[in-house]
Amino acid sequence: MNADTGTNAKAMSMIVTKGSLDWAYPPFILATTAAAMGLKVSMFFTFYGLTLLKKKLDLQVTTLGNPAMSMPMMGMHMGMPNIVSAIPGVDAAASAMMKNLIKKKGVASIEELRDMAVESDVKMIACQMTMDLFEYKTDDLIEGPELGGAATYIEEASKSEINLFI
Amino acid sequence: MADQVLDVKGLNCPLPILRAKKALKDMATGATLEILATDPGAVKDFEAFCRTTGNELVESTQEDKTFRFIIRRAA
Repeated sequence: MNADTGTNAKAMSMIVTKGSLDWAYPPFILATTAAAMGLKVSMFFTFYGLTLLKKKLDLQVTTLGNPAMSMPMMGMHMGMPNIVSAIPGVDAAASAMMKNLIKKKGVASIEELRDMAVESDVKMIACQMTMDLFEYKTDDLIEGPELGGAATYIEEASKSEINLFI
Repeated sequence: MADQVLDVKGLNCPLPILRAKKALKDMATGATLEILATDPGAVKDFEAFCRTTGNELVESTQEDKTFRFIIRRAA
């Protein structure tokens, strides 16, 4: 086993379908960690997940329809009734609060994790169909991702021991 | 005394592992890396990291709120 490169030669693939700040974490945390542990990693970005490949990220969270989301505030944990989430500015405030917490608790930013994923040769595939559907240009995306479709993902998945849908 | 010291105090998952991996990559086989962390999750994570990568976890101790790991780089 080589601790540096190929090592146990295992592979992991992921389908990334969501583009909000909270949902952006699991795929990038797992991709960077798996790469650090010697796995070959590929990520397939489709639908809202594709926005995570945009050059400039401005990720948001929404409290709408998320009863599990309560953030530490004034010494307690506060949830947000759906009716409040509908008020303009509330999601922006919740997103700003979340980004603050992330910084304060020493959690990496998505930009930082994404850079590390690129650095550690994580293979990124941007879904061609989603590019067409939402009218994205390759220019909108960071350098590195290749374009592909379902068959491209299935080929990766068929060679991987771990396949995740996020 | 370890060959190199990595301070990841205050950093949260997965940064301690990612920083350790980065440091280990540039070290010679058999060299040791001392890691200082405050993330309690790092204890189990460094065990799993070492089992999977073949690097040797020589030491895992705690003093107050600081966790100290020593990893010997495998070939």
